[in-house]
Amino acid sequence: MPLLEIKNLTHFFGGLRAVHNFNTRIEPGEIRGLIGPNGAGKTTVFNLTTGVYKPTEGQIIFDGQDITGKPPHQIGKLGISRTYQNLRLWGNLTALDNVKIAFYGRIRYGLLGAFFGINGRYEEERRIDREARELMALLGIEGYADMVVSGLPYGIQRKVEMARALATRPKLLLLDEPTAGMTPAEMEETMEFVLYIRDTFNLTIWLIEHKMRFVMGLCHWIQVLNFGEIIAEGTPQEVQNNPEVIRAYLGTAVT
Amino acid sequence: MQRSFELPSGLRRWYARLRAAYQDVPISAWLVGMLAAVLVEALIGRDLAYILGLGNLPSFFGLSLIFKKWQLIPNILVFIAVVYVIPALGATYLVRKLMARLSGRGLTWLDRLPSWGYILFNLAFVYVILHFWASASDYRLLVLRLLGVNIILTLSLNLVNGWMGEFSVSVAGFMAVGAYVASVLMVWGFVDDNVFGPAVFPASWAPFAFPIALIIAGAVTAVTALAVAIPSFRTRGDYLAIITLAYMFIVKSSFENIDFLGGARGFMGQPKVAESLLVVFVWTVLAVWIMYNYVTSTLGKATSAVRDNEPAAEMMTVNTRKVKMVAFLTHAFWSGVAGGLYAHIVGYINPSSFGLVKSAEILGMLYLGGLNSVTGSILGTVLFTMLSEILRPLKLIKWMVIPVILIIVMIKRPRGLLGFQEIRLPFLERRAAKADEEVSHAPAGD
Ligand SMILES: Nc1ncnc2c1ncn2[C@@H]1O[C@H](COP(=O)(O)OP(=O)(O)OP(=O)(O)O)[C@@H](O)[C@H]1O
Ligand SMILES: [Mg+2]
Repeated sequence: MPLLEIKNLTHFFGGLRAVHNFNTRIEPGEIRGLIGPNGAGKTTVFNLTTGVYKPTEGQIIFDGQDITGKPPHQIGKLGISRTYQNLRLWGNLTALDNVKIAFYGRIRYGLLGAFFGINGRYEEERRIDREARELMALLGIEGYADMVVSGLPYGIQRKVEMARALATRPKLLLLDEPTAGMTPAEMEETMEFVLYIRDTFNLTIWLIEHKMRFVMGLCHWIQVLNFGEIIAEGTPQEVQNNPEVIRAYLGTAVT
Repeated sequence: MQRSFELPSGLRRWYARLRAAYQDVPISAWLVGMLAAVLVEALIGRDLAYILGLGNLPSFFGLSLIFKKWQLIPNILVFIAVVYVIPALGATYLVRKLMARLSGRGLTWLDRLPSWGYILFNLAFVYVILHFWASASDYRLLVLRLLGVNIILTLSLNLVNGWMGEFSVSVAGFMAVGAYVASVLMVWGFVDDNVFGPAVFPASWAPFAFPIALIIAGAVTAVTALAVAIPSFRTRGDYLAIITLAYMFIVKSSFENIDFLGGARGFMGQPKVAESLLVVFVWTVLAVWIMYNYVTSTLGKATSAVRDNEPAAEMMTVNTRKVKMVAFLTHAFWSGVAGGLYAHIVGYINPSSFGLVKSAEILGMLYLGGLNSVTGSILGTVLFTMLSEILRPLKLIKWMVIPVILIIVMIKRPRGLLGFQEIRLPFLERRAAKADEEVSHAPAGD
């Protein structure tokens, strides 16, 4: 059974058809790629999958459950998490708090616990604190835990965002251009890193990326989007040699 | 301190010595020092003020006299030194010596208290100091009680304007609802009134019913706040500012037109259940404690995540609608409670006491102290209140001076005095046992 299945997904922004008849099946443990020129609709597919927009048409089934139209916080709880094309951290908070808040969906004390310090609030907070710090240590950023996140170097912020995404305990992780703004050396490191977190956390990964070396080196299967439609899909080799893909990318820089 | 004594080469040297002598003083010693100052004031304050030509006992350390008669400044300085500074420093020093000797022989009983016991003990101590200070005049008592009310209002507003990052101006409107609800309940229950009939319960129950009336007042306020919250949290933007402004005006003109509540003339006759400082002190501590608990919990911190990036918060499993509701309704609840307290402190309310000016005053306290800070809200309220009392002799000019001060603070510190940070309150956090031992060593001389 696929972990994620999307059937006939179509989405309109007013008169603009951003996604048209998109289909996919992602198996557990897979690393899947979604590529395409700027404005092709890639991020929109991610936004639809995570419930940011309600699709005009189509169905999204995650882990055997229809999640079409559910709000993001419920989809997040079911096991989908993501990072963003442009960092979306909570800038005024410390790196540690950024990670801790992602435990929200699993906090066991309720409002009464929060207000009155009862219902095992203090044990639960200690547990969250410990787990968040462990997670940060796994990503090698524990040293930044108590610093305000907006002041951290870009690369560290990327890792904090990753730690935050992992703190919700996802089964499926969506990465929207994880190497944006990185040097080639940093990109190589990120490739290792993606494999590392996939194995450590038993993840299925779906990623959007423009850097072909990154996509080709990591993904088992790649889908190519242009004007909201899939124009090709296959293994990295197949996609790379597909004339349709080359035509779609003509004029845009393929790196 | 006596060793290596030589003639001081200047004030700076004295200051350094003073700092060295007091840098490791435990908070309990400071509290005793403050108590000593308050007691000295009670003993000789009146006479000394008379001798120095300050008139009656000055209400705020003589500071407001400066604006009445600047020629008195030397006398005021003498008064402050003799009545406050010398007794406080002296007693603190003695107690510190004593404590150092005790801790050399083992832990003092204070160190053996559990941390909640330690906090309660220190709070009780603070209360005793305030109590003695307030007992010097009804005016001080009134100012202190209103200060408590304002702390609750400011902190609760901070939840929305600070942690949640929206802009609410309805704090006076919430106060009004709470004030009227609590007043009606208490008058109906405990006062023979020609609108609400004879008292339902014996008057001796009033102090015990008052907390219940306040909680009901807060709850009713929160329910009316739903009318604001439900439409405005569907989208972000400036909605909340506009809707809360509308709420405030609607509340005000409603009360002006409800005749059996006195209309524009107001409503009076509240039973005297908030006469003592203790009642207000307990409610203030309770409110601060509960809101502090919330904003330091991960559940509560999610409020700031919603402010900094709402879509990301929603994706990271935060129920953003619920989080915003909770923050806003908590703000409304505590503003309602504060309104109920206010009504019973002043014993008379009318709709015009809950207008835009009241909201603006609380906003001033909030932005002076700083967003996202519990201690900032307390500090802002205390400073604003003190400033407002000290500058009272300036009359109308006061309302030009205070805004100028606020503007200067906002230029120097755009996030307010303590925006996005907390100061550690030592009397709420026990020092490490080691630090107490170090006190027993002589302070490093210069
Ligand atoms: N919220 C929105 N409202 C209206 N139009 C939108 C919205 N979001 C995206 N679009 C439009 O939909 C199309 C697809 O955008 P999308 O962000 O999905 O592209 P993308 O493939 O992620 O591109 P890039 O590589 O630049 O990130 C674009 O034309 C974009 O302008
Ligand atoms: Mg995109």
